[in-house]
Amino acid sequence: MTLKSLRWLIPIAVFAVIAAFLYAGLFRDPREVPSPLIGKPAPAFSLAELHAPDRRLSPSDMRGQVWLLNVWASWCVSCREEHPLLVALAKTGIVPIVGLDYKDKPGDGRAWLTDNGNPYRTSVMDSDGRTGIDWGVYGVPETYVVDRAGIIRYKQIGPLTEQTLKQTILPLVRRLQAS
Amino acid sequence: MIRALLAAAYVVFALVPTARADDALDLRLRHLESGLRCLVCQNQTLAESDADLAADLRLEVRKLALAGKSDDEIRDYLVARYGDFVLYDPPLKPVTWLLWFGPFVLLAAGTVTWIVVGRSRRRATPGVKAEFEVAARNLLAGAAASPAGAAPAGVGQAETDSGDAARQPLDG
Amino acid sequence: MIPELGHFALIVALLVAIIQSVLPMIGAARRDRALMGVAVTAARAQFGLVALAFGCLAWSFATSDFSVANVAANSNTHLPLHFRLAATWGSHEGSLLLWSTMLAGWGFAVTVFSRNLPQVLRARVLAVLGMIAIGFLLFLLTTSDPFTRLFPAPPEGRDLNSLLQDPGMVAHPPMLYMGYVGFSVAFAFAIAALIGGRLDAAWARWSRPWTTVAWSFLTVGIALGSVWAYYTLGWGGWWFWDPVENASFMPWLAGTALIHSLAVTEKRGAFRSWTVLLAIVAFSLSLIGTFLVRSGVLTSVHAFAIDPARGLYILAFLAIVIGGSLALYAVRAGAVGAGGDFAPVSRESLLLGNNVLLVVALVSVLLGTLYPLFVDALAAGKISVGPPYFNTVFYPLMAPLLFLVGVGPVAAWRRAPIPELWTRLRWAAGIAVVTAALVPVAMGRWKPLVALGMLLSAWIAAATLSSLVHRLRHAPQRGLTAKLRANAPAWYGMLLAHLGVAVFVAGVTLVKGYEVERDVRLDVGQSVVVAGDTYTFRGVAAVPGPNYDAIVATIDMTRADRHVTTLHPQKRTFRSSGQVITEASIERGIGGDHYVSLGEPITGSGASGAWAVRIYVKPFVDWIWGGCLLMALGGFAAVADRRYRLARARHSEPAAALVAPT
Repeated sequence: MTLKSLRWLIPIAVFAVIAAFLYAGLFRDPREVPSPLIGKPAPAFSLAELHAPDRRLSPSDMRGQVWLLNVWASWCVSCREEHPLLVALAKTGIVPIVGLDYKDKPGDGRAWLTDNGNPYRTSVMDSDGRTGIDWGVYGVPETYVVDRAGIIRYKQIGPLTEQTLKQTILPLVRRLQAS
Repeated sequence: MIRALLAAAYVVFALVPTARADDALDLRLRHLESGLRCLVCQNQTLAESDADLAADLRLEVRKLALAGKSDDEIRDYLVARYGDFVLYDPPLKPVTWLLWFGPFVLLAAGTVTWIVVGRSRRRATPGVKAEFEVAARNLLAGAAASPAGAAPAGVGQAETDSGDAARQPLDG
Repeated sequence: MIPELGHFALIVALLVAIIQSVLPMIGAARRDRALMGVAVTAARAQFGLVALAFGCLAWSFATSDFSVANVAANSNTHLPLHFRLAATWGSHEGSLLLWSTMLAGWGFAVTVFSRNLPQVLRARVLAVLGMIAIGFLLFLLTTSDPFTRLFPAPPEGRDLNSLLQDPGMVAHPPMLYMGYVGFSVAFAFAIAALIGGRLDAAWARWSRPWTTVAWSFLTVGIALGSVWAYYTLGWGGWWFWDPVENASFMPWLAGTALIHSLAVTEKRGAFRSWTVLLAIVAFSLSLIGTFLVRSGVLTSVHAFAIDPARGLYILAFLAIVIGGSLALYAVRAGAVGAGGDFAPVSRESLLLGNNVLLVVALVSVLLGTLYPLFVDALAAGKISVGPPYFNTVFYPLMAPLLFLVGVGPVAAWRRAPIPELWTRLRWAAGIAVVTAALVPVAMGRWKPLVALGMLLSAWIAAATLSSLVHRLRHAPQRGLTAKLRANAPAWYGMLLAHLGVAVFVAGVTLVKGYEVERDVRLDVGQSVVVAGDTYTFRGVAAVPGPNYDAIVATIDMTRADRHVTTLHPQKRTFRSSGQVITEASIERGIGGDHYVSLGEPITGSGASGAWAVRIYVKPFVDWIWGGCLLMALGGFAAVADRRYRLARARHSEPAAALVAPT
């Protein structure tokens, strides 16, 4: 095989590369957009609490502990899917969960929690979705893991599953709590 | 005619005062938003999307623009929250070098190939070439001599050789 | 019973396809006439069977047989008949069946129009088509059976995706698939020629009409999709560089390069290994396009009916078909000779330049379309590649290509001295420069890019017309009719297609340069002036449609106090899905469109509230599609050329005798 006859192999080589990427692409979700906020400080907010609108919560209040921010809404269908997991997680007391009630009516949100159980240490109201934009929320539900120093360490897009919780989130939480 | 003009002027001025000041801004935002991607839709620009989040983001973009932020600052604002995914023209980084330079490198390579092939084909078969040259010159001379241009062999001859490729020397 | 008949027909078609691909191949290798003869019978039988299956599915849709899962998922008794029939290809399964039907149809056409082909070549071509058919029929039967039954049958169907309930759905997919699938014939010719080891002018002449017809259908299909997007998405855009659009555009670019490269191979015997590669690439890109649309690896506005398992099947099929043919190419292409020689300035050389530019453009589109996938697969984050990228990269490549469109047809084969070219083209150059200077002024605003676009458009048009005038003046015949008859239809086809390019470029240039877009809020009775015309909002009314409820606005358009037209943009809410679709109302004209679409209600949703209304003025936008139509007509005209038939008859015997043993 001379060097010159190698050029007839160029097309099949190019195709092989493309096919390999197409194969890899089959197992990825093109709609999942990784957050640029991982490793960055959690964006500040100061929002009224759902159950006590005269009180406000901000991420700095959570400084010193590892916590989860779960974005939910009463109108969100897939939130129902993950909710039992959150309720169960809250019962273990491993990690505090803060709820961000995204673009919801306060009455609807409270009623929804009464019906489905309230796993949140506190839920805050992001009625106009401004805080959601700061956190890069683009769909509900989403869940963030924030460390003791207030740095975002992980973002789950879409509903939590038993698997992601056990294999990714809880080990991460324990590691962050240990450090 | 004058009445028509007056009527037109009336219509314009009655409506536009509210809109006119925003026209330039609208145009600017439209341009900016059509280069940004809506996050929740399948594949639509921020300008086109009817999604809720897109409407929120358009509002946010407008607020930032009214606060005097430049287009680049607005884009940075969105990139900081959602990543490069929101930009329809990916920023130039090592990972996008192939994307941005690839076509032009290929164009350069193609041009070189074109020139090389052009030169090599000219020298390919000198014997045959000379023979054809003579034939062509004779034909050209004939065409020039004939007043009707009946046997054009030059530029205009392009297609009269249709379907007669069998006479070409073919190696298979 | 009818669905079972269809299913059974598909199974038999698969068996026939296996016979069609195996026996003629063996026959061709052994020079066994009887075995080779099987190809024609099998290809015809296969067409009959697949068409029967397609008919059965269409029948199930027409009669709303909801015991068929596919019908229940994609149709509805309230759907008008033409949409029920179009729903046959509205689903993943149905569109694959359409693909298979088209493929069998092209195979049938080969048996009809290639009677005079050497038997060995014809047997191999049909066998290759049979192999492709096996892949698609297996795909249908194993993962995407369109005839699966539901028990119990639901009383009502879920309805066709509302976005697809449009006249565009009736015509766009069949045309597009005719083009996509049509490249399979050029592909089959290429593979057959590679197997036989004979890539010569005769092979090019036989491939050419098939390629041109497929290309013409693809052109029409893409243009129809573009028109559809234009009036239905409500944003007045006609091309979005969406991955699925790109998936149809890439085979088109490859096909365009192939048509031109085939011309060189036929006339001059040159570029043979390149031409055969393009034939493989054009069809490969059609297959890759199918994969991209069906697998969901890319996010696109078309991404309905996606499934990774199916994606895996198509990918495996791609690997076999494309990988196999490129491997064959790698083995055989080296043995192909170089062909006739030519000077650096000659028609061959210019067509080579055309191919270089088209292929670079093709690679750019491919790169842009797949790059997000590359970056993601390398875990380097998520990026988007959209119109800004494609515009930056694509337009600079098109400008020199358009310049070549003007020069190419005028240049002689072998050698085209520049002074002669200049003599022939100086008038065209003058006209182009004058047009470029005048049009932007006439349109009211000087824009350098408009001047450039008009320069290229006028250059192509003038150069094309001047070659017509030249040819007629120098024809030896007397009388215009005789002079016109002296030229081959293929030549007129080429002129027409090139004029189409000129018209297309003018349309794109003027729309991009001078479109006016206004989003306004209008109360009932309020008016707005856009580009000199007054639009008065008369309010909205609820109007029920066959399977949707529409809100129809009435907007009067007046110019200088004279009533021009009344526009009725709609918002349709489909009863079965609740999906809302915008239907723009367009006053069309050769000088441009006035386009009005209804946005959202701003105050109250009743008849008295204010609405957001989008008003666009799109100068010369219809020229874009008119240009595409001219290109396609040019393609069809070229195929009417008698010489393809006569040449075939004349050369068939010696060619058959000449076939080299493999």
